[in-house]
Amino acid sequence: MARRDTIMTKPKDSRGALRRLLSYLGTFRLMILLVAVMCVCSNILALLGPSLAGSAINEAAAGPGQVNFERVGYFASRMLIVYMASSLLTVLIHITMVNVSKRVARKMRQDVFDKLMRLPVGYFDRHQAGDIISRVSYDVDVISTCMSTDVTAILTSLVTVFGALIMMIRISPPLSLVALVTIPASVAYTAHMRKLTQPRFARRSKSYGAMNGFVEEQISGQKTILAYAYEDQIDRQFDTVNHTAAQAFYDADSLGMTIGPTMGFINNICLSLIALLGSVLYMNGAIGLGSISSFVLYSRKFSGPINEVANIINELFSALAAAERVFSLLDEKEELTDAENAEVLDDVRGDVALNHVSFGYDPGNTIIHDLSMRADAGKLIAIVGPTGAGKTTMINLLMRFYDVDGGSVTVDEKDIRGLTRRSLRSAYAMVLQDTWVFRGTIFENIAYGREGASMEEVVAAAKAAHIHPFIMRLPEGYETVISEDGGNISKGQKQLLTIARAMLYDSHMLILDEATSNVDTSTEREIQHAMRRLMQGRTCFVIAHRLSTIQNADHILVVNRGDVVEQGTHEELMRAKGFYYRLYRAQFE
Amino acid sequence: MKFLWKYLRKYKWMILGGMGLKLAGTMVELLIPYVMEHLLDDVVPRQELAPVLFWGVVMILLACMVRLLNVTANRRAVRVAKENILSVRRDLFHAALNLSGGQMDEVGLPSLISRMTSDTYNLQNFIRAVQTLGIRAPIMLLGGIGITLAMDTGLAMILCIMAPIMIALVVFISFKGIPLYDLVQRGMDDIVRIMRENITGIRVVKALSKEPFEMRRFGEANDTTSRRDIKASIIMALPGPTVTLFLNIGLTLVVLIGARRVNAGVTQPGVILAFLTYFNMILMGVMGLNRVFMMLSKANASAARVAAVAELPEDLPRLPESEGARTDREGYIVFDHVSFSYNADSTRSTASSAAFAGASRQQCLKEIDFTIRKGGSLGIIGATGSGKTTLINLLMRFYDPSEGHVFVDGKDVRTWDRDELHRRFGVVFQNDAIFATTIRENVIFGREMNEQGLRQALEDAMAADFVDRYEDGADHEAAIHGGNFSGGQKQRLLIARALAAKPDILILDDASSALDYRTDAELRKAIREHHGDATLIVIAQRISSIMNLDDIIVLDEGEMIGHGTHEELLRDCPVYREIQQTQMGEAE
Repeated sequence: MARRDTIMTKPKDSRGALRRLLSYLGTFRLMILLVAVMCVCSNILALLGPSLAGSAINEAAAGPGQVNFERVGYFASRMLIVYMASSLLTVLIHITMVNVSKRVARKMRQDVFDKLMRLPVGYFDRHQAGDIISRVSYDVDVISTCMSTDVTAILTSLVTVFGALIMMIRISPPLSLVALVTIPASVAYTAHMRKLTQPRFARRSKSYGAMNGFVEEQISGQKTILAYAYEDQIDRQFDTVNHTAAQAFYDADSLGMTIGPTMGFINNICLSLIALLGSVLYMNGAIGLGSISSFVLYSRKFSGPINEVANIINELFSALAAAERVFSLLDEKEELTDAENAEVLDDVRGDVALNHVSFGYDPGNTIIHDLSMRADAGKLIAIVGPTGAGKTTMINLLMRFYDVDGGSVTVDEKDIRGLTRRSLRSAYAMVLQDTWVFRGTIFENIAYGREGASMEEVVAAAKAAHIHPFIMRLPEGYETVISEDGGNISKGQKQLLTIARAMLYDSHMLILDEATSNVDTSTEREIQHAMRRLMQGRTCFVIAHRLSTIQNADHILVVNRGDVVEQGTHEELMRAKGFYYRLYRAQFE
Repeated sequence: MKFLWKYLRKYKWMILGGMGLKLAGTMVELLIPYVMEHLLDDVVPRQELAPVLFWGVVMILLACMVRLLNVTANRRAVRVAKENILSVRRDLFHAALNLSGGQMDEVGLPSLISRMTSDTYNLQNFIRAVQTLGIRAPIMLLGGIGITLAMDTGLAMILCIMAPIMIALVVFISFKGIPLYDLVQRGMDDIVRIMRENITGIRVVKALSKEPFEMRRFGEANDTTSRRDIKASIIMALPGPTVTLFLNIGLTLVVLIGARRVNAGVTQPGVILAFLTYFNMILMGVMGLNRVFMMLSKANASAARVAAVAELPEDLPRLPESEGARTDREGYIVFDHVSFSYNADSTRSTASSAAFAGASRQQCLKEIDFTIRKGGSLGIIGATGSGKTTLINLLMRFYDPSEGHVFVDGKDVRTWDRDELHRRFGVVFQNDAIFATTIRENVIFGREMNEQGLRQALEDAMAADFVDRYEDGADHEAAIHGGNFSGGQKQRLLIARALAAKPDILILDDASSALDYRTDAELRKAIREHHGDATLIVIAQRISSIMNLDDIIVLDEGEMIGHGTHEELLRDCPVYREIQQTQMGEAE
């Protein structure tokens, strides 16, 4: 099975991603429209402020004893109202945008999860859990942060730049010319710097990723490293990785840290030029002192957003890259929906048959070539063979986690592709080698397969699986919370829990894939009785290494390299002195 | 923070120099509006062009200086951050790699990894920011207030009253917000957990048709987190507009009172104009301080987490020969009445016992007593959790016994140099690690070895056939955690690693559970033929893996309930007999 696809993080289809991102925002278009209107208003108000301040100062500039306080008071009170309204609007904008962006994030997370539930099992065999999860935890977060801050920032910047420009032109066209010169300078500079810093920041993230990977791997293998006295060499290897990461950080950030001062420099130069030119204009009587002051304020307002947009563009690109990762998951091919006239499998007898089945996980790499077998209702079918022979693949086909490439699988003479998945799968109970529990109480974990199971039923199942005494020794008994990675329950005990879960699940067919591989032999012996009862009257498929557990099977399939090489009862196979015989003898060598 | 200072101290001149530069840069920057005010108020009214030009050029020169100073200071800050974080990470990694078993249990792997990555990342950002923003913000704030005080004390009083109120507000809101973010973080942990559960258990979920249930379960966690996130984000969005509002109110007051003072002839109109500029500067100062506060609280938490590992005392130090226990028992490996419990051991290493992995780790060993002669072999069999692996942990001194002593080659293991002791071993642990490097590196694992030795190890471990099937043979790369190998292939590589250095002591802990019986048997034969001199310890669930060894121990809840050869145990140990019966069936 090919385990891993390399996942590209570079934006490939930014425009498509942007379009779909916008469609998510579409649900909130009224709110966004409202934000846009509020942005315009808030900024117009913020722009009116300096103009009013300028008028007030102009009044005050009349000189000692000649100030018209009524006029000054008039402007000042207007300033106050304008500023208060502007702040209020800003708060409202924030609240609205936070609501929009977080809800979009919630919707995206839910969409991704719902999608995962509809993906075929094969998807999870090919993708690392960490990568899938990072799309929900990291990528969606990047998108939502970008939306909550950057959308308003861009809107605000646009309004401010235009507004400030208009106000500046109104005050003094020649001075505005000076301010306008700084725009291309700033834009050209940031564009230039972006080109310079982008690869360095990319290298920085990459070297951090490499370092994280190294640390994760080495620390997980710490005991082994110590056991082989390898730690000094690993320390030295880490030095290299560490240096690379630190150097990449220095390269990127030392350059990045020049952007701020340089933008400040451009603004200061602009300010000096305005002061110079303003003075000249004032001396010619072309402009009042108050006008110069409000012009200076506007020019500050003018340069601020340009800096900000320069910063935002980087974030915007990273958000688009993140969105693409999310959408590529949402575009994965889903498990085929049930056929249109799919039948609901009920009144199951449990006759299962594979007819000339061929199958491969990757096209062109057939694992199972031509497999036929019959399992009559209530019979015990054992599947044995060396590691990697294709035993688990057969389970995948029976449960229709994968569809066959050729031939057919039938239950009660019905092709399973003509049945609803839900009814087919609920006809099976299953205990797998990889035990699985989720964070929840023990009761919830056992009752998982049967909603509304009573405490009595759960206890009975636990008793049958010989896990009841252990549960009662826990501080809160059946209400004790356990978790997938929790240390409070061993692998063997988890397997007993899953056996109890299966016992509670009423089905006509049973799949046991190394069901007791983590249970020690004495416990296995104890639950054998219960297992036998579990198998009673059900069609059972058993995979096991321990040949002793399958000797009394009605039918044994010996699988090797994807083909059934032998089949028959234990006695028949022993008599044949073939593959099974050699496998069996190996136990005693 | 004391922890961080230990590192920063080495660079204190560099830091002070950089801060000096930053200070100078910020001060000069503050001068620019001052010069402008002078230009507009004093120079321009004289109606002479030359001085106007002169002061204009002065402003431009100052702007150039500001840039130069700030850029140099910023670069230094980044450099300091780089050098420091390099050392912090090196020390932390070194400490993590050398943690004792008990310490490792206590910290836990995921936590260790996040300390190594995101916490050091926080520290790095903090070191960088505190040298730039940490200087710039207070200077802007204080300098702004200072200059306005110098220009017009009366008007500046407005600022002096406003500034503390604003800072208090910012700090108050931030402190309200930080715990909310903590809640959001925990909500995200839930979301990630549910996803992980569903990804690992997808077959069970689908088999039981629980998809709608899981969607609902995820939906609940998702909604809760989203609600918390909205609340936290709204609160954290408040300081900006609030501070701006307060400053603008101050500004209005300045205009009002300024007009009065101009009228009274104590203030120039240009002063009011300069005030407007300085107000903006002060606003930036306050916002900058806000960010420094947030970073400080984050960095503080991170520094504590890093220090907790990096400053752990060395656990299990080597004892001088004279203090080691002695034994007169013959044997290469001796367990002399050894008892052990995980909890008792951990109380010594660090104070926080609450962080301990959980009650289940209390598995104990009681009165374990046996010897193995040089070149002898021992099998250990017993139920899950009966203490089989713990025995190995004590032998290799990942833990110390609470009672009794362990001897290797006649010496108390506590008196061995750790690496020297470990070099005698070749070991495969349960769920052992394959590293993302070549098969060759994984087997050789840093030891001196030629191609011949590698080949022999692969063949003995029954790994040669599948390794040869790769075009690049032993140079084939393993994926992370050996994801591109099957369970059986991984085990065979691990066994090859253990065999490769021809160790004195060979330990196989459940090392062949994924191998089918035939491969397992061939493996045993190869070990017998090519590694006959090694002292062998095999832990297994299958009797067939150990039945031919010199000696077998049957463990049950930490106690030896059987000890002897296969035949003796079949005769004397009922548990062993039953295991034999269930595994072998009755026929043979």
